[in-house]
Amino acid sequence: MPMTEKNGQKIWQVRTTNAQLIRWAAWLVGLAVFLFSWKEISDNTLWFMMDNVGEVVADIAGRATPPRWSFITELGKPIWDTLAIATLGTIFALVMAVPVAFLAARNTTPSRLIVRPFALLIIVSTRSVNSLIWALLLVSIVGPGVLAGLIAISIRSIGFCAKLLYEAIEEINVVQVEAIKATGASPMQVMVYGIVPQIMPAFAGIAVFRWDINIRESTVLGLVGAGGIGLALQSSLNVLAWPKVSLILLVILVAVVIGEWVSAKVRGAII
Amino acid sequence: MLELQGLTKVYNTGDKALSDVTLTIPDGQVVALIGPSGAGKSTLIRCINRLVQPTSGSAIIDGVNITALGPTGLRKARRKMGMIFQEYALVERLTVMENVLSGRLGYVGFWRSLFRKFPQSDVDEAYRLLDRVGLLEMADKRADALSGGQRQRVGICRALIQNPSLLLVDEPTASLDPKTSRQIMRLIVELCSERGLAAIINIHDVALAQMYVQRVVGLKLGVVVFDGLPTALTPEVLTDIYGEEDWEATIEKVDDEDEDEAV
Repeated sequence: MPMTEKNGQKIWQVRTTNAQLIRWAAWLVGLAVFLFSWKEISDNTLWFMMDNVGEVVADIAGRATPPRWSFITELGKPIWDTLAIATLGTIFALVMAVPVAFLAARNTTPSRLIVRPFALLIIVSTRSVNSLIWALLLVSIVGPGVLAGLIAISIRSIGFCAKLLYEAIEEINVVQVEAIKATGASPMQVMVYGIVPQIMPAFAGIAVFRWDINIRESTVLGLVGAGGIGLALQSSLNVLAWPKVSLILLVILVAVVIGEWVSAKVRGAII
Repeated sequence: MLELQGLTKVYNTGDKALSDVTLTIPDGQVVALIGPSGAGKSTLIRCINRLVQPTSGSAIIDGVNITALGPTGLRKARRKMGMIFQEYALVERLTVMENVLSGRLGYVGFWRSLFRKFPQSDVDEAYRLLDRVGLLEMADKRADALSGGQRQRVGICRALIQNPSLLLVDEPTASLDPKTSRQIMRLIVELCSERGLAAIINIHDVALAQMYVQRVVGLKLGVVVFDGLPTALTPEVLTDIYGEEDWEATIEKVDDEDEDEAV
């Protein structure tokens, strides 16, 4: 018991002595694991590579500046492809995520034993594989190009959007739903009047948040041949055209900043 | 006419919320249901429109046994029962008008309701009701922009636009200040008498109940322990329902000073 009596006074502690000792032991184990891992990493690092890190960085930075500004004319199409992959991919993902979310949420699923585990499986399996790996697979299935990137982004985003959305559905106010049911509304009407208005802010927030992430993810898809500005980055890196690389990185930076700005604005306007 | 016959509800946890409740409420009668928290008042009215599934017994409205209905029949039956909630239960992000019109969902098809294309007669009735409760100019405001008393009046409109024959009212005044409470109670009772509506009103405030209703039913641990006129609520009866307390101050004179105040 946390409370003990000593000289007639009640002494109160958050934990008993044993609980306290267990916590100390757990911290000790954690620290040991951390130090061991640190040593493993250190042993497996080629430290001599680090000797001239400064020089190499300075060398690449020197070659990469100034960026080859004239190259910008060739980047319009790739950056457009990248934004299109991110935007369309997010839209397709949302279209598929909404029904999955309703099937996965405990309070709206038609069957907790059969349908819900299936919906959760879709969420977990699409979420657990990175877009780059989806893209690798899809490039070998549908061939290199924008389509592979689009499908990769869509699939990767389904689980993410559906998970956040079904959590929002589970947190709705039940009484508002009861009130709509009590009017004699059909199950579909209960969804449209009782549930949808309550999850709209979450839905909009999830949509722009995922779009924002997808812009960043779609910039690298080209590395595996799935279209967009990553393709240009890959070919420039291959020929060590550092001034082009630096320009591409700048363009990506601008695109990501614009994406963040837009999503912040949209989220602010909705909530 | 509403008839409850041996209505019993046992929750999955084993708690017996209602045991063998038998009541008859004739058309147009307003009944207050009093009793301590946990007595089963909310469960009772939720068993009538089956937001809670009764374990046994039956609820019969105008000859239709609600407890035996399938999903479609239940939806039809629910249209005839308007419900008013303690925390108003408006859909906060919809407008006042959408909230009122949602009372017509049982009569309108899915696509019409999705695109808010309600029949003109429904829209006319919605405006008429909002005017009746003094909220006409609030029609396009979002529900969460309203005060508690205003929201409850929107809740009343939503229940009335169903054109019900019975109102189920769950603690309508528990979230309101004393003055607004009286106004809301008076409004509910007035509207019931205008339309010849029967109503069951769950209420904590015994004095408020006495002021406005024709009949009081006392519930204690899921059992009806009192059924009679408001004037028959003596300290002994209240002790029986709620337990020992000094009840003299609670029982008020039926004619009250601000009876004529506008709603």
